[in-house]
Amino acid sequence: MPYQPIKFYQTGSFVVGNRLLDVEARSTQSDPKRANTLTSGHRACQGCGEALGARYALDTVSRVTGGKMIASNATGCLEVFSTPFPETSWQIPWIHSLFGNAPAVATGIAAAMRVKGRDDVRVVGQGGDGGTVDIGFGCLSGMFERNDDVLYICYDNEAYMNTGVQRSGATPGGARTATTQPVGPHPGNEFGQGKNLPRIAMAHEIPYVGTATVADLRDLEYKVEKAMTFRGARYLHILVTCPLGWGSASRDSIRIARLAVETGIFPVFEAERGEVTGVTKIRRRVPVEEYLKLQRRYAHLFGKKPQPEILHNIQAAADRNITRYGLLDDTPDDLKPPGEAKDAATSGHDEAQPEDSETDAMALTSESFEGAR
Amino acid sequence: MEKPFAITLDVGTSKANHTGSWRTERPVYIDRLPPCNNACPAGENIQSWLYAAEEGGEGYEKGWRQIMADNPFPAIMGRVCYHPCETSCNRAQLDTAVGINSIERFLGDEALKQGWSIEVTAPLTGKRVLVVGAGPSGLSAAYHLRRAGHEVAIFDAEPAAGGMMRYGIPKYRLPREILDAEVQRILNMGVTLDLNRKVTNVEAEMRAGNFDAAFLAVGAHIGKRAYIPAGEAAKIMDAISVLHGMEDAEPPMLGRRVVVYGGGNTAMDVARTAKRLGATEAVVVYRRNREKMPAHDFEVTEAIEEGVRMKWLSTIKHADGGKILIEKMELDETGFPQGTGEMEELEADSVVLALGQDADLSLLEGVEGIESDGGTVAVSPNMMTGHPGIFAGGDMVPDERTVTVGIGHGKRAARNIDAWLSGVAYAGTHKHELASFDKLNTWYYSDAPQSMRPTLDVARRTSTFEEVVGGLDENNAVYEARRCLSCGNCFECDNCYGVCPDNSVIKLGPGKRFEFDYDYCKGCGICVAECPCGAISMEPETI
Repeated sequence: MPYQPIKFYQTGSFVVGNRLLDVEARSTQSDPKRANTLTSGHRACQGCGEALGARYALDTVSRVTGGKMIASNATGCLEVFSTPFPETSWQIPWIHSLFGNAPAVATGIAAAMRVKGRDDVRVVGQGGDGGTVDIGFGCLSGMFERNDDVLYICYDNEAYMNTGVQRSGATPGGARTATTQPVGPHPGNEFGQGKNLPRIAMAHEIPYVGTATVADLRDLEYKVEKAMTFRGARYLHILVTCPLGWGSASRDSIRIARLAVETGIFPVFEAERGEVTGVTKIRRRVPVEEYLKLQRRYAHLFGKKPQPEILHNIQAAADRNITRYGLLDDTPDDLKPPGEAKDAATSGHDEAQPEDSETDAMALTSESFEGAR
Repeated sequence: MEKPFAITLDVGTSKANHTGSWRTERPVYIDRLPPCNNACPAGENIQSWLYAAEEGGEGYEKGWRQIMADNPFPAIMGRVCYHPCETSCNRAQLDTAVGINSIERFLGDEALKQGWSIEVTAPLTGKRVLVVGAGPSGLSAAYHLRRAGHEVAIFDAEPAAGGMMRYGIPKYRLPREILDAEVQRILNMGVTLDLNRKVTNVEAEMRAGNFDAAFLAVGAHIGKRAYIPAGEAAKIMDAISVLHGMEDAEPPMLGRRVVVYGGGNTAMDVARTAKRLGATEAVVVYRRNREKMPAHDFEVTEAIEEGVRMKWLSTIKHADGGKILIEKMELDETGFPQGTGEMEELEADSVVLALGQDADLSLLEGVEGIESDGGTVAVSPNMMTGHPGIFAGGDMVPDERTVTVGIGHGKRAARNIDAWLSGVAYAGTHKHELASFDKLNTWYYSDAPQSMRPTLDVARRTSTFEEVVGGLDENNAVYEARRCLSCGNCFECDNCYGVCPDNSVIKLGPGKRFEFDYDYCKGCGICVAECPCGAISMEPETI
């Protein structure tokens, strides 16, 4: 009879919490005393992925720093929906910068803390894709270049949503926005334009660059935590669903982000000093249509006048990501002998590299189960 | 007011803004009925005891006590139940069904090993109930009635308790020490058992013993006969007598070549028993094909593995000493077998008829109000016969004839007898909507194939009466329990608590689940979509 070690098979670590896990091994979000850095009553739309992503990320920073953190925030949805005067949803020190200078303001705060000798206080800069990829790009590149001690987080919802869904440098090819209408010979956004900011950040060879989505909380928390172990400039790029701008059902926010990963459209990886050090493998690969069909911004690709060419281009881009980052793995991590499983932090449910705190603790728990016999 | 780090100004919190007013639909925590619970003939709360067992350690006893709330025979169930729970398990659509039966056996065996017992905590009612028949149904009724505080006496015609569990199920499927231990546990609760005591007139017995109610579960022990033209030297027996004879000091003489006539589980049991008694040839003759066989597939497979030969689409036309004549059949368009006229001769020292059984209903003769078709007695949904105070269940009433169904009858009868004795009607339990596969978000479950139970080598199986299927060890049992998807019922995975963009899910602590904060819930529905087990539903707001 084949030997099967005890694992947390009911849900592995795909869910937010797991009652069978040791408390220390559970996610920040499962903690009843989590910081709720972005608290209730904010005016984000129903099912807002950005509100979710911001709380996921900043709650983790707050836990790691014991609450000693300051955030600067570029203009954009996140700023507008969280702080209509005189209310604020932020339960952390938070400062609203201009649209384009959140990284520079964060740099300044970091400099001030250095002068005051407060190296225990950590600084986070954050903004949407418009404020990061386009308007604040110069400040951000400078921050990277100087290696200022800031974690900058971009919540990427792929357009200027706050002002009414205009195209940004992060809008994907084929997508409809207010300024890239589905008309003419090339309906929707052009291909071959726009910026891949995670790769640009990597080109600066800063200590840490990571991408994540709101669909994989465990991975997101892991990356924030990892980023906080470095000093110097760090960059996180988090894909957040926008039900309003993408034309998707509010309940599907997480599902769509998950499909972005499973199709290969949004590669999830991490890099140190310009080198990719880990990728999240695709678990159940699906064609891009499954992702696109849930969003009205891609409705013109199907319907009465289908656009097979655009569809082909989107699939080709996803396939390119898959080969570029090696997103497919023939052997599921589950079936590998212990120690050989890669990217355990992201697939998460396996006894793996000892330096991984989450899986390490899980291994401990299963030992204690064996001890109980 | 103590301010957080570096906050100096008082600001108004956005909590003043009750975003709950945006909502047009609201999420509501619900419980749905897991398919396993729905399928269990004994009405066990399977998911609940799996949940307890997942913890390992102390969870095993919790899980066992949860089984015992509905079924007093976990160790027996883990061996002889045909586990319709596994057939209906949603996990089968993902990889393979959860091995519920093997975990039940593990918990049952653990209980016997540790000597866990059940105390009667209900106040004694002073009512007396007579149970006729110490088979699965009678013992189950006695157990539940005793737990409810009634005095219970069981009368059984046989020299040992167990009914068909002893006289119908071979040892290699149910070792007798397991049966004895689980029966003894019921007797230890204060149930009295009179063996070798055949009840011939139920009303007279009730009067004599001052009983307030009776539950009849005498089983079906009379083998049905089919007319087979036979020579004088032919040796024809019925299956139930053969299996019964296995409990005697001298096993029945079947000869070297045994033909079993019939296609049910009893036919398989007899054929496999014949093999173990030393028959070189055990042939099952059945008039339809394998698909139509009423025997469970795994029983047929195990029998074939052990060398039992199958003659499908055949009927016995004539039997004589040493040989029989069989006719080939074919199925017509309605699936009914028709003779082809093609004959074949088969060597046979004995023919065992396994064509079903009837109940001996003589104890009900002359009782007013009883309805019977000769083979079974009619009961209403509350298990009462036409005569007030006399209830019946198990194989003697028309239903599927399995141990588990009988145990379920016993439980249902006990609940109803308890209600009837206090002059009320048993209300039954409310059933939730079924948690079908489409209600689940299976993304969140890890891939994990079923762990297999060890089976005895074929060589040893056919020569001894050792148990064929082994049990899981603790390692496997806890692994297997954790494969449960918890269909339809919250298992506190924290997903809703995590995925709410508005922090409007309140975590109430271990075992207490969650609550929605409708002041802030905007009704986006992410929690519903991302709940792995389908324990949240969206309901329209009343405006």
